[in-house]
Amino acid sequence: MLILEKRAEPSKGWTTLSPLLAVVLTMVAGGALFAILGEDPVVAIRTIFWDPLFGEFAFYYRPQLLIKAAPLILIAVGLAIGFRAGIWNIGAEGQYIIGALTGAGVGLAFYPMESALIFPLMVLAGAAGGWAWAMIPAVLKVRFGTNEILVSLMLVYVAEQVLAKMALGLLRNPEGSGFPGSRNLQQYPSAHNAELITGTGMHWGVVAALIAVIFAYIMMTRHILGYQIRLTGEAPRAARFAGVNPARIVLLCLGISGALAGLAGMFEVTGPSGQVSIDFNVGYGFTAIIVAFLGRLHPVGILFAGLLMALTYIGGEIAQLNLSLPAAAVQMFQGMLLFFLLAVDLFSNYRVRFRRLEAA
Amino acid sequence: MDLSSINPALLLASLLVASTPILLAALGELVVERSGVLNLGVEGMMITGAICGFVIAVNTENPALGFIAATLGGAALSLVFAALTQLALANQVASGLALTLFGLGLSSLMGQGYVGIKPPPTPKIDFGPLSDLPFIGPVLFSHDLIVYVGLALVSAIWATLKYTRIGLILRAVGENHDAAHALGYKVVRVRVAAILFGGACAGLGGAYISLVRVPQWTDGMTAGTGWIALALVVFASWKAGRVLIGAWLFGGITVLQLNLQAAGVAIPVEYLNMSPYVITILVLVIMSADKTRAPASLGRIFHASD
Amino acid sequence: MSETLLSISGLSKAYPGVIANEDVSFDIRRGEVHALLGENGAGKSTLVKMIYGLVKPDAGTMRLNDKSFAPSEPRAARAAGVAMVFQHFSLFEALSVAENIALGMETPPPMRALAARIREVSQDYGLPLSPERLVGDLSAGERQRVEIIRCLLQDPRLLIMDEPTSVLTPQEVEILFATLRKLSADGVSILYISHKLEEIRALCHTATILRQGRKVATCTPKDVSAREMAEMMVGVSFNAATRSSRPTGDAALTVEGLSLKASSQFGTSLKDISFTLRQGEVLGIGGVAGNGQDELLSALSGETATDPGSISLHGQDISRLGPNGRRRLGLLSAPEERLGHAAAPNMSLVENAALTGAERQGLLSGGFLNWPAARGFTKNVISGFDVRTPGPQVAARSLSGGNLQKFVIGREMLQKPDVLVVNQPTWGVDAAAAAAIRQAILDLATNGAAVLCISQDLDELLEISDRFGALNEGRLSLILQTSELSVDEIGLMMGGAHELDAAHG
Repeated sequence: MLILEKRAEPSKGWTTLSPLLAVVLTMVAGGALFAILGEDPVVAIRTIFWDPLFGEFAFYYRPQLLIKAAPLILIAVGLAIGFRAGIWNIGAEGQYIIGALTGAGVGLAFYPMESALIFPLMVLAGAAGGWAWAMIPAVLKVRFGTNEILVSLMLVYVAEQVLAKMALGLLRNPEGSGFPGSRNLQQYPSAHNAELITGTGMHWGVVAALIAVIFAYIMMTRHILGYQIRLTGEAPRAARFAGVNPARIVLLCLGISGALAGLAGMFEVTGPSGQVSIDFNVGYGFTAIIVAFLGRLHPVGILFAGLLMALTYIGGEIAQLNLSLPAAAVQMFQGMLLFFLLAVDLFSNYRVRFRRLEAA
Repeated sequence: MDLSSINPALLLASLLVASTPILLAALGELVVERSGVLNLGVEGMMITGAICGFVIAVNTENPALGFIAATLGGAALSLVFAALTQLALANQVASGLALTLFGLGLSSLMGQGYVGIKPPPTPKIDFGPLSDLPFIGPVLFSHDLIVYVGLALVSAIWATLKYTRIGLILRAVGENHDAAHALGYKVVRVRVAAILFGGACAGLGGAYISLVRVPQWTDGMTAGTGWIALALVVFASWKAGRVLIGAWLFGGITVLQLNLQAAGVAIPVEYLNMSPYVITILVLVIMSADKTRAPASLGRIFHASD
Repeated sequence: MSETLLSISGLSKAYPGVIANEDVSFDIRRGEVHALLGENGAGKSTLVKMIYGLVKPDAGTMRLNDKSFAPSEPRAARAAGVAMVFQHFSLFEALSVAENIALGMETPPPMRALAARIREVSQDYGLPLSPERLVGDLSAGERQRVEIIRCLLQDPRLLIMDEPTSVLTPQEVEILFATLRKLSADGVSILYISHKLEEIRALCHTATILRQGRKVATCTPKDVSAREMAEMMVGVSFNAATRSSRPTGDAALTVEGLSLKASSQFGTSLKDISFTLRQGEVLGIGGVAGNGQDELLSALSGETATDPGSISLHGQDISRLGPNGRRRLGLLSAPEERLGHAAAPNMSLVENAALTGAERQGLLSGGFLNWPAARGFTKNVISGFDVRTPGPQVAARSLSGGNLQKFVIGREMLQKPDVLVVNQPTWGVDAAAAAAIRQAILDLATNGAAVLCISQDLDELLEISDRFGALNEGRLSLILQTSELSVDEIGLMMGGAHELDAAHG
């Protein structure tokens, strides 16, 4: 009979190893799935994980890696801070949308004026928009004890409707001959989040993601705020005993994650996406949840997890083109990855032993 | 704007239909949470049920088989959650989220070839002359079996929790799993059974959307119904009767806003579309004042140490 | 039918790294009250868990009624006539008394009939109880009655009671003993687990003494002195804590008209509590668990803010200050619950040292934590209070209860408190460590600090405190000099006068 024995301490080895094991298990299970769909599993896995980096058209796909990873990392770093404190912001997608709207909105308000101050203003507006949207669940939780999971999630649907209203109304391109969607910000130099080094995919969002990783790492390991956040997640009562104000932690965690998600949205809509349209958002806010867990809620881990997840997005696009695998397959792939990760996590906290059944 | 085009009898009848998916899903989740488990994967199980039911109903031309398949599909997905949280002792919040993300992907994949197809119609039950009663006929006696299944489940779950030994054990496990274990009850077994029941209910509710409410298949068509069902359980203070009231409330809002849209009311359609979500938030705020009734072990990981 | 009900021979059980029981054998006669005596960690709990089917022995056999007895689960043990009242009650707060009892039965009668049976049995044995009440609203003594009646309704042959008096007032203990004697006279055997020697001498026919998992002796308590039993139990003799005589100084902590509404449904509200704690004294606060101890500690530690003017330190109103503000002024505290309240289970000892030490030990500069300094402080606590651990980096949960308690107490003591508030300082700690902690408390007071010691262990309070008061339903009794107190008076203080009247009326 297999029995579980709780470890006195989480195993450091397993904590590092389990994401890798989860990836391998996902490849195996995913391969089996592709086989069922009638694809050659080896070809499919290679298309998704190998071709974007080293395939024939890698020169085209490699920059995509940073473009897709930046928003994921930016959002996931913020989410992970909250998850560490047991505060579950799962509405990053909504904060991402609102941040994009406020950021782009500020830029469009200045059109066609050109000034070096416009873009920094848009960055601030994007962060503020995401922050404000996240403050709704935060304040409701602090003031009324409302569940932040449900409120933040509901606000995604609300944000999608706000986006629709804006794309068709206030922010619609007046010269767009009635088509929905805003002006293309790529053609408005002061507001364009352009590629910084040609051919790398490096834009301001990538820079922001790297800064966020470093900032989060220092805060979580060295600063008293990071300590208080971790303490709140580990033992809420002990946190109160240590003098931590729980309301402050809720506001802080949701605020940081909202602002970072807003930034991600702003960088996306002013750069790679280019315009506010009804469906510019592609679910980065949800995928970032997987990235946060895959990265062990650790900023550096999230950096790698974000790159890996970006790879599956790009690989999924290639597979869609070359093997006509449906786009949904990648989404499922990502969900599966989280399943396996949660399952193998068992080994970090528990020891599995084999014991013979005793004669009764 | 023409509000007179809104017929109150039809409004109430469609309220019953509109509230059925959320009622089924919330009832299932109620049982799960009463056993002390928080499954945030309702949305994923609903959409999986929606596509399983749709695929089978279309291929067999038999909606009944579709509903059965949806129940099994929802339960099968919830089994993954059960394995993660009850055997691998994974965090319930994370596992529930994983379930939803996975379910959305899976359903979209399964539904590739089914967009734009009409499913076979689900027959209404023939109540004979009862259906011809003025007002009451169209409101109460003009529906398919699943509507009545939902209503029957409300009283069945209420009675089971209140009067039966199984209900008592379920509540005991949800209140204090260590004490239940010490008395020799199989905490994990009870919880796995509750999770499967919850999955089956969510699957059935999902299929009701794709086979009756809409009826067709589009990606992500449950559009947050599963999340509203979760909110409904909080709203209902974990009581079956109150789930029914809550489901009618949300069904009513949905039907009303659709009717207002159809009647051409001068409120922008986006505001009407977001109203169910905004109202859910408001209701959560109002109900959060009373937190005493949540099962005490809700969301906690159980591991028998010896 | 032989005279022996349960015969245990050669029972052994080992856990990784610990031998809980080794080759334990003894017999329990019919109608006998049999004491199982031993220190915390002597293996009493594991032994009874094996009898009750919660744990499977590695070796050894049991015979019940001359038949082989090897329960695979509690259900089987109950079916064979073994019932158990747990130390930490396995009750469900949100369920009614009748529902709780039904859960403990294999085939409960319908609720209405069950309620009638509960009334009947509770009257017969002098343990009045109303079947409809929610268990969460009951006192600790009443909850124990629920457990006992749950057992009695199954007509047990053997009733196991795990430290039953730790939650009772002296008067309630007398009621319980009367019930147990009646049961014994009816032919029910009782296995009575305790480390309180006088109780055992008053109640039990036979005693089996365990030390470090092994049986040391079986004796007749009435024929042996408490001192002899204590030596068998502990193996070596310990000195009672000593104090040098000291004058008490000025008022350090003044509490006046402190009232606090319960924060949760089943919590206790504090009602109009007033007392003064002076420099150099130890004030002991007794009382049965659940009478406001946790609430009092959190009001004093600063976790819960109270009405302005209700708490002052050296004349300064601190009622609205948080825990760190109070720490800065010299008021430190150590809560009862070690894991999750005094310490975070999954965090390292260094991180846990910073939990309360950051403020006074200067571990913070510009909001950044000085981890090397925190590590140094942790090492001081470990060496100063003899905390057995592989090192400062291990997680708090990997320490044994006693070692973690030493760490928690040491962490506060080394910060040189002006006023120290502790709740259950020696709970679950072995005798040697408990003696060391009590001595440290006395030394602290001798050096001029004021100590408020909340405890459910009366012997402990009588040993170390200068003055004594008791909490009952959130009210504080009169505070009297410990040296002038009689056991009866203590009982009255713990019971609260009005409740005593009700019990007798």
